[in-house]
Amino acid sequence: MGKSLLDKVWDLHSVRELESGQTQLFIGLHLVHEVTSPQAFSMIREAGLGVPFPDRTFATVDHIIPTDSQARPLKDGQAEQMMSAIEKNCREFGIQFYSPDTGHQGIVHVIGPELGLTQPGMTIACGDSHTSTHGAFGAVAFGIGTSQVRDVLASQCLAIARPKVRRIEVNGKLAPGVYAKDVTLHIIRKLGVQGGVGYAYEYAGTVVDAMTMEERMTLCNMSIEGGARLGYVNPDATTIEYLRGRELAPKGAAFEAATRWWLSVASDADAKYDDVVRIDAADIAPTVTWGINPGQAIGVRESIPLAKDYSADERGTVEDAYQYMDWKGGEPVAGTKIDVAFIGSCTNGRLSDLREAAKVAKLGHVKQGVKALVVPGSQEVARQAEAEGLDKVFVAAGFEWRLAGCSMCLAMNPDKLVGRQVCASSSNRNFKGRQGSPSGRTLLMSPAMVAAAAITGTVTDVRDLLAKGNA
Amino acid sequence: MSAKNESALIPVAKVVGRPIPLRGNDIDTDRIIPARFMTAITFDGLGELAFRDARFSQDGQPLEHPMNDPRFQAKGPRVAIVNKNFGCGSSREHAPQAMYRWGVKALVGESFADIFFGNCVAMGIPCLIVSEADAAKLMDAVEKDPAHDMTVDVDARTVTFNGLTVPAQIADGARTQLLKGTWDATRILVDALPQVKETAARLPYTRAFAG
Repeated sequence: MGKSLLDKVWDLHSVRELESGQTQLFIGLHLVHEVTSPQAFSMIREAGLGVPFPDRTFATVDHIIPTDSQARPLKDGQAEQMMSAIEKNCREFGIQFYSPDTGHQGIVHVIGPELGLTQPGMTIACGDSHTSTHGAFGAVAFGIGTSQVRDVLASQCLAIARPKVRRIEVNGKLAPGVYAKDVTLHIIRKLGVQGGVGYAYEYAGTVVDAMTMEERMTLCNMSIEGGARLGYVNPDATTIEYLRGRELAPKGAAFEAATRWWLSVASDADAKYDDVVRIDAADIAPTVTWGINPGQAIGVRESIPLAKDYSADERGTVEDAYQYMDWKGGEPVAGTKIDVAFIGSCTNGRLSDLREAAKVAKLGHVKQGVKALVVPGSQEVARQAEAEGLDKVFVAAGFEWRLAGCSMCLAMNPDKLVGRQVCASSSNRNFKGRQGSPSGRTLLMSPAMVAAAAITGTVTDVRDLLAKGNA
Repeated sequence: MSAKNESALIPVAKVVGRPIPLRGNDIDTDRIIPARFMTAITFDGLGELAFRDARFSQDGQPLEHPMNDPRFQAKGPRVAIVNKNFGCGSSREHAPQAMYRWGVKALVGESFADIFFGNCVAMGIPCLIVSEADAAKLMDAVEKDPAHDMTVDVDARTVTFNGLTVPAQIADGARTQLLKGTWDATRILVDALPQVKETAARLPYTRAFAG
C-alpha cells in the first residue's frame, strides 16, 4: 500500500513519538509575524529558553502595517509598539526579518513562496491559520497558536497528532470567469465549514493539475475555512518551474537534487485515503458568500437560500446570517449594492489576481460612492504589477493603489469598514465584524468579481462584463 | 501573565466550575475576540473584551448575552458549554486567552475547530466533546437552574451537572497531556534537542540539497 504525501512528510519529520501518542514533529520552516509572536518571544525570555534554529525562522510585518504610508513611527502607537517588538525580537534571537525597507515585506503567505522559502516536502508552521496556503507546494503547512509559536522557537518542534487525509478531486474544466477562488468557495459550500475538522485536504484532479501555483495557493489558503487545518497539492512540473530561480531556492546541481526529492514526496498512486470527494468543474459558477461564514455561499445567479431548506441544526446560523446581513431569504444576490471593494489578502493578493482584476477594471470606472482598494500581497507583487502598468490601470479606473499588507482582510490597520457598509472582498472570511466594523458586511468572491462589483456598484456576474468587453 | 507555568507539570484531570452556555454553531475566533483588540504585545486585559461585540452595542450598551446575564456571573472557574465547530477561523490564541482570563477553565461542546482545540490544550484548558443531544440536555439544565457546579472529568471522560452525568470524548493524546501535566510541551520538546538535530540533519533541505 502506498503512502500519501502527508504520511511521507510526517514520517520524515517525526523526531519521536511522545508519551501522549502525539508526534514530536520537526518544523522545517517557521514563519513569524507581528501579531501572534510577541507573547511567544516573551515566554521564551521568561523561561530562559533560546532559539536553537534561528535560520529556520523568517519574519515579516503584515497585519498591522498601514497601506498608505509605512513611514516610522507608525501613526498608531500600538502598531508602532508591535513593529518595534518584532524588530527587537528578531535582532535579539538572530532571525531574518523582512521589514519594509528590505523590499521583501509582505503578507507572510505571499513572501514565503515568492522568495523560494516555501518548498515541497517541508513542514511549515506559522501563528496564522492561512499557513495552509503553503500546501500548494506539497508542504505540510498549518497554523498554530502563540504557545505553539513558543514551542517552535524553543525546539523547532511541535507536539501534534497526525490528521486524517481527505482527497478532493476536482475534474473537468473551469468555465471562463470561474477562478480558483470559486473552486474553494464551492468546495466549502459543499463540504461545509465543519467538514474538514480533523482532516488534511489533498487537492487533485484535472482542474488542480492545470492550475498555476498562484491558483493552487488560493485553493489551499482557504482549506482552514472548510475546517481543514491544512491542504496540499502534490508537487509536479508546475511546482518545480515556479521554484526555479527563486532567490532562496536551491540553484544549479542542488536544484536538480532538490527536484528529485521534491517529486519523491508526492502521494503514491496507490495511497490510501480516509475519504475521497469528487467535484465536477462544470458545477462551479462564480461564487459569492451571502452569510457570516464562508460555507454560506451561492453561485452569483442563485438566490439567497431559504431557512426551511436547511436542517434544524443549521437554521440558527442561517437566521443569524439573515439578521446580520439584512436578508430575508429568496432574493437574488446579484444586484446587491456594495459600498467598498477590496482586492488583496493572502487568498487573492498575488500578481495573477491583480491581472485578472485589472482586465475587468479596464472595462469601466469605479461606481460613484464606492471606495475601491487594491492592496498587493507583497512589495514584490507591487513591483511586478507596477512594471506591467497594472497600478495605472487601477488608478485610471478609480481604484486606490496601496502598499503591501493584510489590510482590510482583517482590518488591524487603518483600512476598515464603517458602520453597516457592504464590502465585495477577495479575502477569506465573512465573519461578523471581520473587516473592522462590528456591523460591517462582507461578501467574499474572486478578485475579478470584486472588480466587477466595484465598477457596477453591485454584485455582478463577471462573465457578463467580460462578454461585453470581448464584444 | 501567562496562563501556564513554565517549570512545573500541572495535571488537569478535572475542572469544577459554574457553567455558562454559549449557544450557536460555528462561533469563530473573530467573534470571541475581534482583531481590533489584538494590537498589543501581551494578552493582558483580554478577559474583559471576550465576545465584546456580541455582548455590547457599539455605543457600549449591554446586549442580551449569557456573559451579561446576572444568572451566569458566579465568581471562580467557569465551564463554557458550546455547540459545533466552536473556535473556527483564525488561529489567534487571543481567543482562548480571552475566555480563560474571563474565567473559562474548561469547555464542553459538540465539536471544536482543530487550531482552537490545540491552543486550548497548550494552555491546559480541556475541551470535551459530547453528543448533540447531551449538549442540548446540559444547556437546558444549566439555563433552568444555573446555580450548581459542573464537573468536567478528563480522566473519566464524563461531564456532570446537577445529578446528570453524560459521556464525553477527548483525543487520546490531548487527554494524556492534560492528565500527565505535559500540556505545556515546551520542556519535553526541548529535552529532545539532540534527536531534533539528528532529524534535521537527515532532511536534505537543511543541507541545501548538497551531497
